[in-house]
Amino acid sequence: MDGLSSEIFVSGLTVFFLACIIGYYVVWSVTPALHSPLMGVTNAISSVIIVGAILASGPYGYDISKIFGIIAVALASVNIFGGFLVTYRMLSMFKKKKKKRIN
Amino acid sequence: MSSNLVAVLYLVSALLFIFALRGLSHPESSRIGNLSGIIGMIIAIFTTLMFKSVLSYYEIGAAILIGGAIGTFIALRIVMTSLPQLVAAFHSLVGLAAVFVAAAAFYDPVSFEIGEIGSIKTSSLIEMSIGTFIGAITFSGSVLAFGKLQGSISGKPIVFKFQHLLNASIFIFVIFLIIIFISYQTPTIFWSIVLISILLGFLVVIPIGGADMPVVVSMLNSYSGWAACGIGFTLSNNLLIITGALVGSSGAILSYIMSKGMNRSIINVVLGGFGGEQENAATNDNSDKTVKKGNAEDAAYIMKNADSVIIVPGYGMAVAQAQHALREMVDILKKEGIQVRYAIHPVAGRMPGHMNVLLAEANVPYDEVLELEEINHDFPMTEVSFVIGANDVTNPAAKTDESSPIFGMPILDVEKSQSVLFIKRSMATGYSGVDNELFYRDNTTMLFGDAKKMCENIVKALS
Repeated sequence: MDGLSSEIFVSGLTVFFLACIIGYYVVWSVTPALHSPLMGVTNAISSVIIVGAILASGPYGYDISKIFGIIAVALASVNIFGGFLVTYRMLSMFKKKKKKRIN
Repeated sequence: MSSNLVAVLYLVSALLFIFALRGLSHPESSRIGNLSGIIGMIIAIFTTLMFKSVLSYYEIGAAILIGGAIGTFIALRIVMTSLPQLVAAFHSLVGLAAVFVAAAAFYDPVSFEIGEIGSIKTSSLIEMSIGTFIGAITFSGSVLAFGKLQGSISGKPIVFKFQHLLNASIFIFVIFLIIIFISYQTPTIFWSIVLISILLGFLVVIPIGGADMPVVVSMLNSYSGWAACGIGFTLSNNLLIITGALVGSSGAILSYIMSKGMNRSIINVVLGGFGGEQENAATNDNSDKTVKKGNAEDAAYIMKNADSVIIVPGYGMAVAQAQHALREMVDILKKEGIQVRYAIHPVAGRMPGHMNVLLAEANVPYDEVLELEEINHDFPMTEVSFVIGANDVTNPAAKTDESSPIFGMPILDVEKSQSVLFIKRSMATGYSGVDNELFYRDNTTMLFGDAKKMCENIVKALS
């Protein structure tokens, strides 16, 4: 490993561990009642992998790498739309007690 | 766009993702959280589209539209009972996408600035292989979990001799392949890693029984995050690393909470074999005892004369689709001035928080739905516990009988309430295969029948 690439790796590692710690505290603060929506949201945001897919499908012309990229864009999009939408559906069902209904 | 601007926009997007998770600390703030997640994703996508190397907007746009339309269609159609299957299916897509992105980087390393074909940087190769490995496991594991949850594959654990030895050998073989891949960089080895990881994913989930699925779904959630992380390292992209780490730790924590709810270690769940039809020595102990049977009228009478009722719903309620009938029943009780609350065990349902969503869907206000720690000390002051579709999570043997397989599992103390109503189809045991002594107690009334019909009949009897 040359100096530059190991430097990039170490900075990536720093980001990784700090993000794990943030994740740890943020996720423990999630109320257990919302653990299903949590899975929905994490599922949607893990599809941020679409960033890599877009870069792969970026160049003009067609080669195998671009085709892989486009497939990955489509797969990740299913997740992004599906994940956020199903979370939205779940969350919109959580309602507070209505104040004395008048009949 | 300058690389600094890109870094800043990616940072904004990562922060919005963190807010999205933070918002879930309370139902009130959760919707804004979801919205901030969406905005974060839009920023991430548009920032990437602004890259100089990204030129084929039509193809990318078409892929997003097609994928988005499919995702939207599925998310709108899905019934909430099938949520766990949906999540498993979505995880498999993340895993597969990770494999494809890694493959794209391998075939076109120049676009990703990680070297040239045949001489990709060693560090990038390692990261790429790890991303591929985890992605492929996530893919096949999730497909199998989906099949088990959907019922298209038997939910029974499939156990055979030398299973763990086989998995361990395959794992070592994958590491061996990765080492060869780093020196030779041939497509054949790359795809061998993919195929063998897919095989390993199947083998890892196969021994895990249907009832352990909450843990498996959370674990795969975690894996999908680590796969994104691996790709993030390959592309030296901080946004992917941060998001992957958030998702990875979220899934890991959920798996921990779920296995704790079953009093089992994660290792124990992963090794599998639980949740099948086990021969149980204790099953016949209660054959000579009798149970008190009741009908809907009895149940209506008992509850009408109570001041406080706690409902304990389990997965059986969801299977019978009884939640709406149940809520109707509760509405009548509340009109009579009776205090009614719901008690949720951490592993009720087939994924973390599943029962809360099902109750919310039936218009049960979330402030009436309480977690085990919040409500357990209230059972002694409660007149009636109404157990619908749950069994093991109320079994006092978890506290008293050291030989029981569920010993040590936290349970809801329904036994401490003055009387217990149990809706069950039959005297069959729960998934653990353990008999519940609660059925035979004097203050327990068994209501045999379909949960939904029983609730409807109680509603009739009440009004």
